[in-house]
Amino acid sequence: MLKDIQVTGQKDTRSGFGDGIAEAARKNPNIVALTADLAGSMKLQTFIKEFPERFVQCGIAEANMIGIAAGLTIGGHIPYTTTFANFSTGRVYDQIRQSVAYSGKNVKICASHAGVTLGEDGATHQILEDIGLMKMLPGMTVIVPCDYAQTKAATMAIADYQGPVYLRFGRPVWPIFTTAMPFEIGKAQVLSEGSDVSIFACGHLVWKAIEAGRILEEKGISVEVINLHTIKPLDTAAILKSVQKTRCAVTAEEHNIIGGLGDAVAQTVAKNFPTPIEYVGTKDTFGESGTPEELLKKYGLDTPDIVAAAEKVIARKNK
Amino acid sequence: MSDLKAIASQIRRDIVRMVHGAASGHPGGSLGCTEYFTALYFKVMKHDPNFHMDGKNEDIFFLSNGHISPVFYSALARAGYFDIKELATFRKINSRLQGHPTTHEHLPGIRVASGSLGQGMSVAIGAALSKKLNNDKNIVYSLHGDGELDEGQNWEAIMFAAAKKVDNLISTVDWNGQQIDGTTKSVMDLMNIHAKFDAFGWTTLEMNGNDMDEVIATLDKAKGLTGQGKPIAIMMHTIMGKGVDFMENDHHWHGVAPNDEQLKKALAQLPETLGDY
Repeated sequence: MLKDIQVTGQKDTRSGFGDGIAEAARKNPNIVALTADLAGSMKLQTFIKEFPERFVQCGIAEANMIGIAAGLTIGGHIPYTTTFANFSTGRVYDQIRQSVAYSGKNVKICASHAGVTLGEDGATHQILEDIGLMKMLPGMTVIVPCDYAQTKAATMAIADYQGPVYLRFGRPVWPIFTTAMPFEIGKAQVLSEGSDVSIFACGHLVWKAIEAGRILEEKGISVEVINLHTIKPLDTAAILKSVQKTRCAVTAEEHNIIGGLGDAVAQTVAKNFPTPIEYVGTKDTFGESGTPEELLKKYGLDTPDIVAAAEKVIARKNK
Repeated sequence: MSDLKAIASQIRRDIVRMVHGAASGHPGGSLGCTEYFTALYFKVMKHDPNFHMDGKNEDIFFLSNGHISPVFYSALARAGYFDIKELATFRKINSRLQGHPTTHEHLPGIRVASGSLGQGMSVAIGAALSKKLNNDKNIVYSLHGDGELDEGQNWEAIMFAAAKKVDNLISTVDWNGQQIDGTTKSVMDLMNIHAKFDAFGWTTLEMNGNDMDEVIATLDKAKGLTGQGKPIAIMMHTIMGKGVDFMENDHHWHGVAPNDEQLKKALAQLPETLGDY
């Protein structure tokens, strides 16, 4: 039951990355961290202090950073590139495409400050298209963890996972609730079993989905909340198992509804078991300045939006 | 030295025949860089044709201007990385010899895809850093087009390599003065490219890239300059289309294949020394 999910603390997901890469580097001497003048924002202080010789400061030159990372894999290193999501993807798309993805290089592209919860810096920095960009690249794995604990676990897991990875996380302090849950790349987490509606969420919106589910449960609706932290490869078996039971779904993501998690779920469902779906995400728009909570509300990514989408999709199913 | 010149002649035949066979490809830059590739793969580099991607304990090479793949493929095949017969598959369906070099089809000798320009120096720097972390004293070589220097990523890499003392890297610029739309002077004047590398903090050499003796002497000199805190650049003067008189110094031959008659005329100028594929 959703009411049984315990919040064990509050932290930013990027701190999960910083703690995760330091822990992974203690176990694996091949891990190298790169940044483009954002070591502080990316929480690399512990890594740099413990492993100064394995840290590469690239300056404000993301294209070069991606190329250097591709080269570092030759000789057996595992480079983690770090900068904001916008500069990790759109700015360097062709470098990732040719030097990393097409070349099959074992580079981990670690991206913070994704989505509108970046807040006051505004739309120049709030990328809402990055999941789509990255999932379209053949061979790219895309992971969007939901809290500090899961970001830390994912950061460590990708070291032992061969191939290019895009790991997306963010800036705001957020509830921690997955500490006791095992994390496995490509394996969806069923946070609550239910029979009336499936809610598939990733990233910060997993917490919002839990909040929405609790409200729906109080209304007597049985909700299945699933954390789809891995967008690619997608856990299609978990998606189908859920919708075959609930026969309707909501997707929730801090991303454009074009190209993100919703698209991925819809493709799976449409092909295998057509059911109604409602999409919570930004509606083909850029963001703007504001506090994270204000922006989530304004752009339709908040708890009440997920509740409304669930009620709407249940009504469509029952029509 | 006469052996190297014989190899270069055969590589030039391979280039012209491959591009003719595919009815597409880039003969001009390939012919201009033939001495450089011959020197690297048959004299200068310590390398193992029994290919290992990681390239530990050997020198490694990156081609950034991937469109001159014909000379790269021929040099690799002639050096024993794969059967020379495979050169006949260049640019054809189901081939490992893609239009631009890739790792995707696992062709021995290729360590990264290139073709979209301006990315190779960054990759070479990464591989050079990897060697330093592995305490591997061997050298990383890279080749770049002069027109390719229009791409800004090169200048990020050039700045990085000097600032971070990547002194196990020898990057060569094929300075033939030609790019697709015309001379480099008319398209985007490089001005004093030698001084630009100097100003960024590199040790910069120049050579005539079509004089085998000078290529070897300069690459040897560059090797001697590694390990001294600065990356090494070589401004390599070449003639685009070198060795085929009607292709020389004409940017029209950047990316055009010869027809049957032109092939015959070209091959008549290039002695078959090692046997055609």
